[in-house]
Amino acid sequence: MAIPISYNVRNLKLRKGLTIMTALGIALTVTTAVFLMALLAGLKKAFMSSGDPLNVLVMRKGSTAELSGGFDANLFPTLKTLPGIAKDAQGEPIASAEWVVVVVLPRKDGTGDVNVSVRGLMPAGLTLRPGAKLIEGRWFTPGQREVVVGRSIHNRFSGANVGDSLDFAKGQWKVVGVFDSGGTSYDSEIWGDVNQIAADFDRQGGYASAYLRATDPVAADALKHRVSDDQRLKLEGTLETEYYEKQTSSGGAIKFIGTFVAIIMAIGSSFAAMNTMYAAVAYRSREIATLRIIGFSRPSILTSFVIEALLLSLLGAVVGIVLILPFNGMSTGIGNSLTFSETVFSLHLTWGVALTAVLFALIMGLVGGFAPAWQAARQDILTSLRA
Amino acid sequence: MTLTSFVRKSAFRNRRRSILTVLSIAFSLLLLTLMMTVWHTFYIDKGSAESAQRLITRHRVSLTQSMPAFYREKIRAIPGVVAVAPNNWFGGIYKDQKPENFFAQFGTDPDEIMKVFTDFQIPADQLQAWQRDRAGAIVDAGLAKKYGWKLGDRIMLKGTIYPVDLELTIRGIYTAPEPTTSIYFNQKYVEEAVSFAKGQAGTFNILADSPDDVSKVAAAVDDMFRNSPEPTKTESEKAFQLSFINSIGNVKAFILSICFAVVFATLLVSATTMAMSIRERTREVAVLKTLGFTRQSILGLYIGEAVLVALIGGILGCLLAFGLVSGMAHAPGMSLFLSGMKVTPATLLLAVFVAAIVGFLSAVIPAYHAAKIDIVEGLRYIG
Repeated sequence: MAIPISYNVRNLKLRKGLTIMTALGIALTVTTAVFLMALLAGLKKAFMSSGDPLNVLVMRKGSTAELSGGFDANLFPTLKTLPGIAKDAQGEPIASAEWVVVVVLPRKDGTGDVNVSVRGLMPAGLTLRPGAKLIEGRWFTPGQREVVVGRSIHNRFSGANVGDSLDFAKGQWKVVGVFDSGGTSYDSEIWGDVNQIAADFDRQGGYASAYLRATDPVAADALKHRVSDDQRLKLEGTLETEYYEKQTSSGGAIKFIGTFVAIIMAIGSSFAAMNTMYAAVAYRSREIATLRIIGFSRPSILTSFVIEALLLSLLGAVVGIVLILPFNGMSTGIGNSLTFSETVFSLHLTWGVALTAVLFALIMGLVGGFAPAWQAARQDILTSLRA
Repeated sequence: MTLTSFVRKSAFRNRRRSILTVLSIAFSLLLLTLMMTVWHTFYIDKGSAESAQRLITRHRVSLTQSMPAFYREKIRAIPGVVAVAPNNWFGGIYKDQKPENFFAQFGTDPDEIMKVFTDFQIPADQLQAWQRDRAGAIVDAGLAKKYGWKLGDRIMLKGTIYPVDLELTIRGIYTAPEPTTSIYFNQKYVEEAVSFAKGQAGTFNILADSPDDVSKVAAAVDDMFRNSPEPTKTESEKAFQLSFINSIGNVKAFILSICFAVVFATLLVSATTMAMSIRERTREVAVLKTLGFTRQSILGLYIGEAVLVALIGGILGCLLAFGLVSGMAHAPGMSLFLSGMKVTPATLLLAVFVAAIVGFLSAVIPAYHAAKIDIVEGLRYIG
């Protein structure tokens, strides 16, 4: 017969101080782990949702990022005539040739300079990114030294408000609008007219990349192959979604450090939990003997103590997750080795992260609780009663 | 029995508990020491004497913009400049796109680069062989070991930024004070194949007369090109490396918050143990008091006990960290920035000190309560 769980709950309540302190120790470990996992989840979200499945990104063969691209401007008209490209109301193919350059802007809080991507695009570039919505001001006018800034740029840099001017390349750029692309990496970009940007960075006569909007996902896939297989072009097509998926690798360092830190902290916490559970067993040795006399079997004693350890760690997990809640949505930037610029993403506490954290805590509880529970179950009844 | 041996004996009367506590503290302190070492490497360490004498010039707008190659001769004319070599990031793909097969590749001037990197070791005949072969390359010794490269081997780099694939012959293997995981080749080789690469330079590596001249040279270089269409940004080698680390995000806050969590967790562990062990000994305290021990000495006994346990844990953690860092620094494929990591005596001392403080703080409240105990009440106490 199993010992009721309420027995364990009452015992945990009885030694309140000890329970709270041990649970807090586990909670801190869980908080650290959750923090790192939530960072990764936010990063993944920023990149994964950036791509539109209908958009085909075209770059020179061999280029891995828009920054390292560069093809002749004469190729763009050929690209536009490819079948499968969606047409706008005027019957023009929705395609945008673009430049991505990197500029240095000072952070608002004065903690140094940050590389920021500036994207020059054609008016069609706005049409093929329906996810980006203006939240303030207006879009830039082609032919003018005007830019619109992503929401993260607006929040993190001074001089990035509507009406302000940003100073980069050959002079001042007027900020005329702020756009929100829903937490994707576009939010960390500055957009302006492609010809203006190219002129400022002395890059006329070519483009870094081109975006083509396909009529449907099947057409997108066909379009991608059509671009790559065309011998005249020497270009390569990728789905925008595939392109951004690759960039999540910039979280590699966080993942490595995070796992390392979490494991070491977990080892420390397991030892602490073991200590608490050994104390609980020692403290209740007569009680355990009594339980045995009443007829509870060794396995049920073992189970009961393991459950108690698991309850303790579960409490730690809950506290740990609650501790991280105020930080949920907090944003930070990460440098991207492919674009050399900063992508802003927020801490994103998902159900998956929370579940992993609970599992992580339960493993700590199990590791810490099993040996003491084993000892409790093996105790000699007579000696314990006499103690 | 002396007081010290009394402390020692009572610290380990419950051996299992003490060992578990020591281990728990040791792992936390291991993490703390590692974090402090990273902090030290990034923000305090000034780099080697040779590195402190070097500067890097890049385009003011960003690292991805290139500068005219003729800047090199103008920089050379600045007083205090000993040598200048261009360094162009090639960013090619070796074998495949897997991150573990990624290493830095630079196009440079074979005749001058080793005059800038004065602390790189390369046999004179290998350097000459490289200078004679336009399609030659020199590789880092660690990298050569990883891929099993030997002199005369050919390697292919698939261009990503430049539309050209390089076929290079390894002419030399160099050793740097810290692993660089880089290869260097003749920039002219790329320029022959790609017209737009001609006359362009990504960065310039400069060797200054002395470390004191570094800031003067940096200002002179930047002033010279301030009003040109391609302004520059010149900084010390260390500052240049730090700008990459800063791009990962707010690393300082990140390290600090982990340190804070670790110290607090250690404090909790230690306090739990002390609370348990002191509570168990309520009757003993009463006996000690009966024997004439004063409050102060009882307080001292328990605090001493906690500090002892925490210190042992701290020292163990430091030893573990020391071993781990030495192991990591020599492991192949460790990231460029962590390869120069060293645990300094100051860091170790600080970690041990933190452990002692944690031990002290954890015992203050339970020991204070124990010392205050009324003898009669204490004797009656049933654990």
